[in-house]
Amino acid sequence: MTLVGQAAPLIDWEWIGRNMDQIVERTWEHLGLTAVSVLLGLVISVGLAIIALRWRWTYAPITWVTGLLYTIPSLALFALLVPIVGLNATNAVIALTSYTLLIIIRNLVAGIDGVPASVTEAADGMGYTPQARFWRMEVPLALPAIIAGLRIATVTTVGLVTVTAVLGLGGYGFFILRGLNTFFWTQILVGVVLSVVLATLLDVGFVWLERVLSPWARGRQ
Amino acid sequence: MIRLENLRKVFSGSTRPAVTDLTMDIARGECVTLIGPSGCGKTTTLKMINRIIEPTSGQITVDGRNAMAIPVHELRRSIGYVIQQIGLFPHRTIAQNIGTVPSLLGWDDTRIADRVEELVETVGLDHEMLGRYPSELSGGQQQRVGVARALAADPPVLLMDEPFGAVDPIVRNRLQAEFHELQDSLGKTVVFVTHDVDEAIFLGNRMAILEMGGILAQYDAPEKILAEPASMFVERFLGGERGLKRLSLLAVIDAGLERGPFVDVTAGPEEARRVMEANAVDWLGLLDGDRLLGWVDGSRVGSSQLRDLEPRSFLVTLDSRDSLRTALDAVVTSHARVAVVVDDGIYRGMLDLEAIAGEVTE
Repeated sequence: MTLVGQAAPLIDWEWIGRNMDQIVERTWEHLGLTAVSVLLGLVISVGLAIIALRWRWTYAPITWVTGLLYTIPSLALFALLVPIVGLNATNAVIALTSYTLLIIIRNLVAGIDGVPASVTEAADGMGYTPQARFWRMEVPLALPAIIAGLRIATVTTVGLVTVTAVLGLGGYGFFILRGLNTFFWTQILVGVVLSVVLATLLDVGFVWLERVLSPWARGRQ
Repeated sequence: MIRLENLRKVFSGSTRPAVTDLTMDIARGECVTLIGPSGCGKTTTLKMINRIIEPTSGQITVDGRNAMAIPVHELRRSIGYVIQQIGLFPHRTIAQNIGTVPSLLGWDDTRIADRVEELVETVGLDHEMLGRYPSELSGGQQQRVGVARALAADPPVLLMDEPFGAVDPIVRNRLQAEFHELQDSLGKTVVFVTHDVDEAIFLGNRMAILEMGGILAQYDAPEKILAEPASMFVERFLGGERGLKRLSLLAVIDAGLERGPFVDVTAGPEEARRVMEANAVDWLGLLDGDRLLGWVDGSRVGSSQLRDLEPRSFLVTLDSRDSLRTALDAVVTSHARVAVVVDDGIYRGMLDLEAIAGEVTE
């Protein structure tokens, strides 16, 4: 038995071939959980950022609360939510979303604050209404910072999704957890490697998105 | 064109007004420079005209309309605005930047494009820059774009807040000269804030000197203010070189030009020597009809025909439109202590130190 275990190759290509369907399925799950959480996080963050920008005093409490959420260990948060929403995808999305808020809000606010005063003054002087100035000057100029926030939030979320394996979800985390339970290295490696690859691809995607959406910022920094 | 009446601004948290009951009239087509020590309220005054800063009390009339009664964005679209930090929109191309106000006013694309093309010529930019982003341009080029953007919708009024303050002195002088010419041809009504006395004198048809608290110390043509400062404050503010500053307002052609020791190349040696003696110099200027050829050393006169001498060119030549201050500088640095005045090769006369000094004391 032990001899057979030692002789088993680190990667069992045959297992991978046999379980291709499941790998694809878990890829979609991983992507889905990530996308829904980050998008939801973005929507909530935009709302909170607009509040923080309009009423400055709210910014400190908003970052304090979202900062607190950020510090809760993920495993504990999933467990805490079980009595409230149950052991399902809603649980996972709530927890994952809450981790994105701090990063996205801070980048949104910093991005808008980073718009040079000379630009807003010139826009006012040219006759922009406050609303037009916000959407056509401040938001486009904050875009690099906003995308940078989404980028960090997304990469973080890809990593955290694996933890949702404890809820019976987990995307690639499913393989990691099952591999750990059965000491089956191929499964662990498939889960880890694909998760890293997914995070890297999304990261590159955001870099590309930033270049396309803000061509004016190219060659600066 | 612009009337400020009892204009007052008290910033919240401050007990003393930044601008105190200021009343000023600015005529159509006039360039008024606002100047004073820092914190005197000159920028505040400017920014109240397009209501970037809302006045605490008082009246502003722009082009016959009560500025306080029209929607603020409408008012601003009818007033060109240039600021020191330029404030180009970094995410928009130069063409889009220049077309900002026309596009806010809803002009169609071809009309905007035509106008942008026209303005590029007006402010002396390259057409190939139109597709670039502001960060790809030098400071001087950016400020030209800033001026073009302010002129885009052809507003009757232009507000300029230290527009050339952020560029280096050489570029600044060039931009000032260009703006001076531009203003001559466009005839906008301009309010121009500066802390540079020379700039205020050079560009202003009238100069408004403000004291702390936005109190009008003197408001008159620069030559009047330089000749008769209304108070100790104005005198001190203008500094110790009022005489020199007046020179910058006078053109070379305004001073009495002398003919100097100049003869036609057809003149004989006798005449040449006589002219040098009469002028008490040991050099001779040569002309071919009206055209200036150069000068020769007195010791060479007489040895051969003037036509055969190879004249040397003058180190400093002036245009008759140059200022007397430029002339003074030229005279002091020239070998012969004179400056020759030449317009397109045609000799107009020469100036020496005494002639310029006469203008200072006049």
